[in-house]
Amino acid sequence: MKLTGAQALIKSLEMEGVEVMFGLPGGAILPVYDPIIDSSIRHVLVRHEQGAGHMAEGYAHVTGRPGVAMVTSGPAATNIVTPLADAYMDSIPLVVITGQVPYSSIGSDAFQEADTTGITMSVTKHNWLVTKAADIPEIVKEAFHIASTGRPGPVLIDVPKDVSNQMMDWYWPESVDLPGYKPSSKGHPRMIKEAARYLLEARRPVIYAGGGILKARAAETLRELAELTGIHVVTTLMARGAFPDDHPLCLGMPGMHGNYTAVTAMQEADLLVALGSRFDDRVTGKVDGFAPEAKIVHVDIDPAELGKVRRADVPIVGDCRLVIEELVQAVRALMSGGVQPPDRSPWDATIRGWQERYPLAYEPSAEGNALKPQMVLEHLRDSTPDDTIVVSGVGQHQMWASQYWRFNHPYTWVNSGGLGTMGFAVPAAIGAKVGRPDRMVWAVDGDGCFQMTAQELVTATAERIPIKVAILNNAYLGMVRQWQEMFYDERYSEVYLSPDLPDYVKWAEAMGCVGLRAETPEDIQPVIDKANAINDRPVVIDFRTDSQEKVYPMVPAGQSNDAIVVPPFQEGRHGEGGH
Amino acid sequence: MGGKQHILSVLVENKAGVLARVASLFARRGFNIYSLAVAPTDDERFSRITVVVDVEATPLEQITKQLFKLVNVVKISELEPAASVERELLLCTVRADPAVRGQVIELVQIFEGRILAVGTDVLTVSLEGHPGKVDDFEELIRTYGIVDLQRTGRVALPKLVRRPPTKALRVS
Ligand SMILES: Cc1ncc(C[n+]2csc(CCOP(=O)(O)OP(=O)(O)O)c2C)c(N)n1
Ligand SMILES: [Mg+2]
Repeated sequence: MKLTGAQALIKSLEMEGVEVMFGLPGGAILPVYDPIIDSSIRHVLVRHEQGAGHMAEGYAHVTGRPGVAMVTSGPAATNIVTPLADAYMDSIPLVVITGQVPYSSIGSDAFQEADTTGITMSVTKHNWLVTKAADIPEIVKEAFHIASTGRPGPVLIDVPKDVSNQMMDWYWPESVDLPGYKPSSKGHPRMIKEAARYLLEARRPVIYAGGGILKARAAETLRELAELTGIHVVTTLMARGAFPDDHPLCLGMPGMHGNYTAVTAMQEADLLVALGSRFDDRVTGKVDGFAPEAKIVHVDIDPAELGKVRRADVPIVGDCRLVIEELVQAVRALMSGGVQPPDRSPWDATIRGWQERYPLAYEPSAEGNALKPQMVLEHLRDSTPDDTIVVSGVGQHQMWASQYWRFNHPYTWVNSGGLGTMGFAVPAAIGAKVGRPDRMVWAVDGDGCFQMTAQELVTATAERIPIKVAILNNAYLGMVRQWQEMFYDERYSEVYLSPDLPDYVKWAEAMGCVGLRAETPEDIQPVIDKANAINDRPVVIDFRTDSQEKVYPMVPAGQSNDAIVVPPFQEGRHGEGGH
Repeated sequence: MGGKQHILSVLVENKAGVLARVASLFARRGFNIYSLAVAPTDDERFSRITVVVDVEATPLEQITKQLFKLVNVVKISELEPAASVERELLLCTVRADPAVRGQVIELVQIFEGRILAVGTDVLTVSLEGHPGKVDDFEELIRTYGIVDLQRTGRVALPKLVRRPPTKALRVS
């Protein structure tokens, strides 16, 4: 069968089981848009290519399958660099296809030419410049394989226009031939036995669960390990939902804005069992002062993570699910051989003490004052199904959402952790809703973030993707404002945005959404109920929140986690078990 | 260059852009590549890149792991100078007025180099050998005045392990 390169490309995507892609056409990718008309693949037309990338990320986050985005050359390719970098940092599988000027014109500064493979080299797991149509099926197959196996990540295929128009003999490769790509999956048996011994010997162990748990679909296995050993679990920003927040062993989120108990338990631990986590600086604080007494068991599928930040006493390269399964076996074997963990009741009591003294808390607003963002989130959380998918932007609202939501299911929390990309929430929520149309999807966004990618709500309306957006409108680039307040003597530089410019309700309506507003505590519940009842179009709620509110606890940047700052009304609550 | 030189032998797929991927990994981490040599191996699907870098052992381990993540990188070995054979080629055009020409020629001969071209008051010479020897030669020849000098950067392979001969051949 003779096909054009463009037809072969779309057919290859079909062969890979792609059901949806997000994109926007243009000159260099024109040939590839033609066969889309006859394809079974749904195409979601975005308003900005950054939106296409984040939508594909949101889709991948909640389905575990690679998200697919397609855009043209030059400015479109550069517009999608941010989502690629975002996906690279958070290990999200993406396959991005870009158009390119004809192969024969590459290097001539042709109209809309950009060196896309060069530009994206450091933010993709791999990329290809296609030089002949006959290579397309093989490259597409390799692309999906690389994006979704090992440590997942984004890949990019750059397709020159003349290659799209070239004829080729259709074939579909049976397998991929990648001599330099052999991700390991099973952990080293001796190391796993060793790790099991550490788990049973520790007096103050903590499981430090990272995003790798979700990537490896290991949430169930993690729970088995925690329950078998009775070890408490912290879930990082990328792992919220990987272990249920309502589980008695769950300590919640560690890190710069983690809760006191999660941060301090890690600091005081004698063993950290790092599973699919990477000792990110937002978690460790100053590395030299991080968990000084802890031995480290570190499991990761990416060998480069082991020893990158902190030396591991027991490094294990492997897929988290397979390794944890083996670890459970190894622990069981030791236990049935009579090995029991030491008495950990003092540690458990210390943890309970911290939890009682330093719970996540905020001061309720005095009557008539602006809404407390935490209160809005509590109402939202309590008025939505347990399996609601929450997607956030980047800033204070992100931290509050992660802190105050209760994530009891995996794949219900979608955010930009590693890159911290403002503007992530709206498009990622759209992608998540496309991937899980059965679920309620709420974006929790900041007013600053919302303004970066809000136009994708037009996409959502046009494509009938009924997401819901809660803007925590504090009229500020709040997170930056918080740093200026705390570390720059309240000298506020370029952080004020205004609460009503733009008018978010009118803007939402102009984009075909329902626009709602809540200004007083009494407004909160009714607008949420109203929003939850709307299923045929997107809804945006403008929550007017207190600009003064700060995210606590906080570990000031560059300091040790011992320097954790609790909210002012919790200061001075020292007691036994502290430090 | 300090004593922290490491030689990496990187076997890569012979595909467009591979060198750029490898080089950019070093650049991103601010590591200076001291020398680099690339050429196809006996198997035309693969090339070997020999890189010499000046780094501490710990960041080197990280960079090796990062390099290995490149899809086109098939194998990486760090070659211990003591356990490898290394060679480098130097080409040099040096001033050689009739007054000193004899000395220059003598120096080249001592080092077992070759004279490739003769000008009225310059010579172009070549020297192949262990990088240490090439360094020594370069230092000495410099005193005569260098017009142009180019070194290839080193290439290396692991030393063959010679096992002691088996004492008694057991025939069953
Ligand atoms: C694209 C991008 N630009 C700048 C920043 C730096 N930054 C981090 S949080 C933040 C403020 C976000 O403001 P808003 O969306 O209103 O959220 P808030 O902190 O007020 O909840 C900024 C500017 C960023 N993370 N991403
Ligand atoms: Mg704000």
